[in-house]
Amino acid sequence: MAAAAAGAGSGAWAAQEKQFPPALLSFFIYNPRFGPREGEEENKILFYHPNEVEKNEKIRNVGLCEAIVQFTRTFSPSKPAKSLHTQKNRQFFNEPEENFWMVMVVRNPIIEKQSKDGKPIIEYQEEELLDKVYSSVLQQCYSMYKLFNGTFLKAMEDGGVKLLKERLEKFFHRYLQTLHLQSCDLLDIFGGISFFPLDKMTYLKIQSFINRMEESLNIVKYTAFLYNDQLIWSGLEQDDMRILYKYLTTSLFPRHIEPELAGRDSPIRAEMPGNLQHYGRFLTGPLNLNDPDAKCRFPKIFVNTDDTYEELHLIVYKVTTIFPSHPTLDFCRRLDSIVGPQLTVLASDICEQFNINKRMSGSEKEPQFKFIYFNHMNLAEKSTVHMRKTPSVSLTSVHPDLMKILGDINSDFTRVDEDEEIIVKAMSDYWVVGKKSDRRELYVILNQKNANLIEVNEEVKKLCATQFNNIFFLD
Amino acid sequence: MGEEDYYLELCERPVQFEKANPVNCVFFDEANKQVFAVRSGGATGVVVKGPDDRNPISFRMDDKGEVKCIKFSLENKILAVQRTSKTVVLPEKRSLKLLKSHNLNVNWYMYCPESAVILLSTTVLENVLQPFHFRAGTMSKLPKFEIELPAAPKSTKPSLSERDIAMATIYGQLYVLFLRHHSRTSNSTGAEVVLYHLPREGACKKMHILKLNRTGKFALNVVDNLVVVHHQDTETSVIFDLKLRGEFDGSVTFHHPVLPARSIQPYQIPIAGPAAVTSQSPVPCKLYSSSWIVFQPDIIISASQGYLWNLQVKLEPIVNLLPDKGRLMDFLLQRKECKMVILSVCSQMLSESDRASLPVIATVFDKLNHEYKKYLDAEQSYAMAVEAGQSRSSPLLKRPVRTQAVLDQSDVYTHVLSAFVEKKEMPHKFVIAVLMEYIRSLNQFQIAVQHYLHELVIKTLVQHNLFYMLHQFLQYHVLSDSKPLACLLLSLESFYPPAHQLSLDMLKRLSTANDEIVEVLLSKHQVLAALRFIRGIGGHDNISARKFLDAAKQTEDNMLFYTIFRFFEQRNQRLRGSPNFTPGEHCEEHVAFFKQIFGDQALMRPTTF
Repeated sequence: MAAAAAGAGSGAWAAQEKQFPPALLSFFIYNPRFGPREGEEENKILFYHPNEVEKNEKIRNVGLCEAIVQFTRTFSPSKPAKSLHTQKNRQFFNEPEENFWMVMVVRNPIIEKQSKDGKPIIEYQEEELLDKVYSSVLQQCYSMYKLFNGTFLKAMEDGGVKLLKERLEKFFHRYLQTLHLQSCDLLDIFGGISFFPLDKMTYLKIQSFINRMEESLNIVKYTAFLYNDQLIWSGLEQDDMRILYKYLTTSLFPRHIEPELAGRDSPIRAEMPGNLQHYGRFLTGPLNLNDPDAKCRFPKIFVNTDDTYEELHLIVYKVTTIFPSHPTLDFCRRLDSIVGPQLTVLASDICEQFNINKRMSGSEKEPQFKFIYFNHMNLAEKSTVHMRKTPSVSLTSVHPDLMKILGDINSDFTRVDEDEEIIVKAMSDYWVVGKKSDRRELYVILNQKNANLIEVNEEVKKLCATQFNNIFFLD
Repeated sequence: MGEEDYYLELCERPVQFEKANPVNCVFFDEANKQVFAVRSGGATGVVVKGPDDRNPISFRMDDKGEVKCIKFSLENKILAVQRTSKTVVLPEKRSLKLLKSHNLNVNWYMYCPESAVILLSTTVLENVLQPFHFRAGTMSKLPKFEIELPAAPKSTKPSLSERDIAMATIYGQLYVLFLRHHSRTSNSTGAEVVLYHLPREGACKKMHILKLNRTGKFALNVVDNLVVVHHQDTETSVIFDLKLRGEFDGSVTFHHPVLPARSIQPYQIPIAGPAAVTSQSPVPCKLYSSSWIVFQPDIIISASQGYLWNLQVKLEPIVNLLPDKGRLMDFLLQRKECKMVILSVCSQMLSESDRASLPVIATVFDKLNHEYKKYLDAEQSYAMAVEAGQSRSSPLLKRPVRTQAVLDQSDVYTHVLSAFVEKKEMPHKFVIAVLMEYIRSLNQFQIAVQHYLHELVIKTLVQHNLFYMLHQFLQYHVLSDSKPLACLLLSLESFYPPAHQLSLDMLKRLSTANDEIVEVLLSKHQVLAALRFIRGIGGHDNISARKFLDAAKQTEDNMLFYTIFRFFEQRNQRLRGSPNFTPGEHCEEHVAFFKQIFGDQALMRPTTF
């Protein structure tokens, strides 16, 4: 157990100060093999954002990264450089496929102060960004690209550099706009999955339902089952599910939730005669099944890219998500008629469980602590710090400085393999505790007036005993 | 019609007796199920054979005229012979006592020995039946009831014939079966069998109607709780099962034959006579012969051929005649000798060629487990009653009988699932879906799943590298915690590292496996973690110091060794007032090692007060 006092917390800011969060300066992808000779450097660049940058500057920036990576490689051949810190910005390097490099340049947060003579003074906050957080964001960019486009290599095989460039342009042009660098935190490092707690019987019923559906609709390869934002079952492998989960919960679902809340999306078949009434509908694919001209275009996804390399279609049918190889409108109708009614029944079962869960957690008083839990083994993630994920921001209920301490503790944990515990006294009455036990991490933020180290330790023990009593978590 | 199609057969070893002829009269006693062959009025011998009698009774008696009826009392103690319509002769002198008398005009009577109930036909139409029940020397009158006769043309007087009435116990309930012939005036499509339920107490009620959809001559048997209706014109039979779902119209349930009509399996009469002559091929027996007489419940007698058979139901052919697996299960589960047939149905529905769909498989499993659960519940309430000491006070308390319909997890595992998962050609998706369906069904009936089923799931998942699936199942506790399962998981660690964590979690939840947890941690050289764990549960005063010091030394981490050593010195101090190890702890080697590394002065000094 280690204890440290961090001087975090800056009190009230002076009124004339202006803050600017971290921002994306540039993002580029290159392959040094594509233009090894002088004068051909431009060929190396596969994608560059912002595109308006003058050609020579692009080449210069790419060349610089190449040089840094090459140079640092002499010191650590197996682990090339991950990031470069400068006063104004930070650069993150990632080589997701051999010789393909992705670089993301993030401007440090800025505080703009007014000097006495009224001139603005810009102060770069060099130490604010956490390497691990933004390295993870960069890796996620690749995973997301790969999910919808397949590997870089596959694009090269299919249509050479031209096709790869097209795909990169098409994907990242939009995707980069959805990166919200100011709200990235520990959860981006974990890339975890929130699981829905469910009793065994309901879980088995869901299993049975999925198996039957996959049997009767045999073009369905895999099925994932979610309730709201929480995963219940994934037929996909863990890594594929991880990135798909990210897409569903931060992009697809939020886009559909708002119209629903507004009541604009009442079930379409309530008035259809002779049809069992149910509340299933497609989030991807046809909106109206009775329209014979309905377009049956589903997003393509690529999974198991290291292994069997499967190209599938993503059908999101509320509440299930499935992955068939070649869906048709007729298939959609069958799916709707088979899955819809059963799913409606199951959903009410799960809903009941949801209410039980809520009642159980609601019966206790608002706890004195907030926590983030993550298990590397199954990617299970649980956070009472984050309020809700939206496509734009992940709202946290704690001060950003506390989030930064969590990130720092996580970096410390990464350095050693053994189990550890770190207790930090933060500003005002906050204590931050990090525990690591056999590939599990727990971060607790406590706010107790005048608490001492022993009391804090006791509190965390109590928390473990109530929240994590069914796992082997050393205290 | 293939050989395998016949689902009714005559028993292999019939009771054989001398054929009826002008000098040999044959009688059958339904109460004792005995056949009497009376030669020349008894003068040249009477031979009595029952179905289970290996030694027939033979005797002679004086020929005093034509014998109308002859019977033994129960246990063959008293013989009664009836020669005229109004006298019964007992060969030995006995006195009879009148116990009770009722005055009724009786047309005919029928007695059912199994239920000890007699039915008396009264009234002009003969269709008002008055039942009496005999019990422990008393005779009680039950409410009389009327059999509705079919409408008949005005010229003929309708009446209820004795031949159209039978009594039988079906699923523990006594029924009066009435064969209602097709009448042209009604719009029915054929003859029917109407079942009146005759309860021990209360009024008789019309309950079931069996639709025969044909006309002609019929005979009834009841075999294994099935009503068998023989049709002489077509020489076929059909069966009905009252427990299979029929159409209920609010008061009566209508049933249709369970299976298409089939003949009784052809039967070969073995050639009688000396062994030398038996090389002749056996003679086929004429089935549905007009000389057949049918008795309840399952007896068919051919007086002209000298045979008494019991009718039997063959289950194997039915499997292929009843395509609806749910109905097939409902049917089979009610039969006496059903176990092996049901298991073969299960194997068949999981075979490559006859694979059933998952909903069908689920239905079959649910039906099996429904029966299984009923038995488990009965067992449990019996055990609880015995424990509560009710066995002496309540004579009604009986240990539940385990019928063949109770197929437990070990039956299904041994005969069906273990072979099924070995089939290489089966898609693993299907294999896993089937196993999960069985586990789902067991859980639905709140039956605790045995660990070998969970092991089967794990084995299958591991074989196909579906570790993430396994992880999710364990995460949701679908595979219940047990020590064997935790050990199995530990053994998987080299293929799937997270199995280690899963195993430790499981051991922790079991809460009876703390020693195992310590062993696992020590084997991983997590000495400090092991010590913290055992301290956390308050067991650190009883652990072997040597075991921990050994493990600490093995890590070659001197600081760790120091920490562990100091911990035990402090324990010694606390428990015995001295930091020294006792000889019984066998730690001399570790003390020496400690001194060698850290020097004598590093040893803890005894605290002096």
